[in-house]
Amino acid sequence: MSTVDAADHAAADHGHTTNLGMSNEKLGMWTFIGSECLFFGAMIATYLLYLNRTNDGLTAFDVFDIPFTSASTFILLMSSLGMVLALDALQRRDMRAFQTWTLATALMGMVFLAGQMYEFAFFVEEGFKLETSPFSVSFFMLTGFHGVHVTVGVVMLVALWALSLRGGITADKHLETVELVGLYWHFVDIVWIVIFTVIYLIPVG
Amino acid sequence: MAQQTADDTEQEHHGPSRGAYLQIAGILAVMTTVEVLLYVFRESLGRAVTTPSLIILTLGKFVLVGAWFMHLRFDHPALRRMFVGGLALAAVIFAVVAADWFLGSNGLDPQGF
Repeated sequence: MSTVDAADHAAADHGHTTNLGMSNEKLGMWTFIGSECLFFGAMIATYLLYLNRTNDGLTAFDVFDIPFTSASTFILLMSSLGMVLALDALQRRDMRAFQTWTLATALMGMVFLAGQMYEFAFFVEEGFKLETSPFSVSFFMLTGFHGVHVTVGVVMLVALWALSLRGGITADKHLETVELVGLYWHFVDIVWIVIFTVIYLIPVG
Repeated sequence: MAQQTADDTEQEHHGPSRGAYLQIAGILAVMTTVEVLLYVFRESLGRAVTTPSLIILTLGKFVLVGAWFMHLRFDHPALRRMFVGGLALAAVIFAVVAADWFLGSNGLDPQGF
């Protein structure tokens, strides 16, 4: 194999593939996502367990603002559309569209995070704090950890956008990198789909 | 040359088209709207209607995002099994918590759920 062939081969498969015919990176991301299902599943179960342990303090019915959370949920859901359109643009080698959709996705994530910070500040002002009750601590832990995941996703998206502005992202070499960031982003969205129903709509509704 | 580049791009473009993505997003938006409407009309509809409906809609949204946006419908079946495996383990946790709850061994009130 010539030096040029070897370089082409390395660029094509990003170094290593598994015997399933996919890269180690992709398999690793799905393993991570599978383990995250378990992580969030345990946290949601804990929340349900402590739903009524309010220590005679504020309950879910008292604190949640469903219209506000519905709006931020809708924005996060639409950010998933932005992510798939960014990947689609990269596959078509339309870098301008890729940059636009990547930035739009990151901005929608930031709006969601800003909404969550506002919600937390409002709750604390109302007297619904981390130490108020088992219910409050399980709520803040679950939604807080989800917020941390969204923050990590936003950082990755902004990094992709900044790199692409400098020509550091190409369809030939980084298609899978963007796909993996997209998988993470969609997972964060999917977790919120469950949280929104289980925490905000069902117990209050 | 231009034809070859177009063919290469087409070969690399696996998964749904942009139109399909937009349709899925539209369906997700409608389902979310229905969820919120179920919440708004919860008192007239009753818990027996709203809770199962919300669970079904949530599962539908979950599957749509997983299958289409995460490409599980088009990727290697092993990836689907890894994802479902994680979900199955999470379901086991829910089952244990639910059993503990309804058996009343933790002292919590099952009527509040």
